[in-house]
Amino acid sequence: MSSTFDQVAQIIAETCDIPRDTITPDSHAIDDLGIDSLDFLDIAFAIDKAFGIKLPLEKWTQEVNDGKATTEQYFVLKNLCARIDELVAAKGAGGA
Amino acid sequence: MQLEYFQLIDRILDLNIVEKTITVEAQVPTTSTVFEGHFPGYPIMPGVLLIESMAQTSGWLLVALMKFERMPFLAAVKEAKMRGFVTPGELLTVEASVVHEGSGYAITDAKVKVGGKLRCNATLTFSHVPFPNPDLRGHMDAVAKRIGFPSQAIA
Repeated sequence: MSSTFDQVAQIIAETCDIPRDTITPDSHAIDDLGIDSLDFLDIAFAIDKAFGIKLPLEKWTQEVNDGKATTEQYFVLKNLCARIDELVAAKGAGGA
Repeated sequence: MQLEYFQLIDRILDLNIVEKTITVEAQVPTTSTVFEGHFPGYPIMPGVLLIESMAQTSGWLLVALMKFERMPFLAAVKEAKMRGFVTPGELLTVEASVVHEGSGYAITDAKVKVGGKLRCNATLTFSHVPFPNPDLRGHMDAVAKRIGFPSQAIA
């Protein structure tokens, strides 16, 4: 988790020109860091590449729009990192 | 090409679904109102239209990969470089390849060549969604016929 967070925080810092020390596990990518949907595509691309996964952005967005999930579940960084870890584990198990 | 109607590509020369590449051809018109303003006495193809030609080329590749179920929209242009002028009457070869297919978005590399020499290139990001209405889908079907979209490639 901490390693995942470090990588994600570095990606966000470099992609969005946000000071690294302002990015914490409790930061909300949208509400706290001000990352918009277009910038998040760049972040998703970098995460996809770095972890060899495909973040299911469409599914997450749909769930939020349908009221089935909150943005916090996917866009608070500790939660995002947990989702990444799950996807990496699923990939390792041959499930992604 | 009909610049005024944003028809920036003329025909698909090659579409490789496995390699995720496309090559198209586009004949720059010898006359256009665009050239009257860009520039008087020194007509050159506007860089933004060259980017649009790369976007349309990439777009057809993505439409093919998504089997005409979704429509890509240009979201970002990166590392666009205009390496040489494109002038009226020149024949462009536009190539594109997929760099990454994400969830609801895709990234391509594209380049425009004239006589085998690179004139411009860019990395393009697209977001894509299900076709928003039948009219747009119908329009894309019509354009596909005009530019010789190889339907067998996605059968």
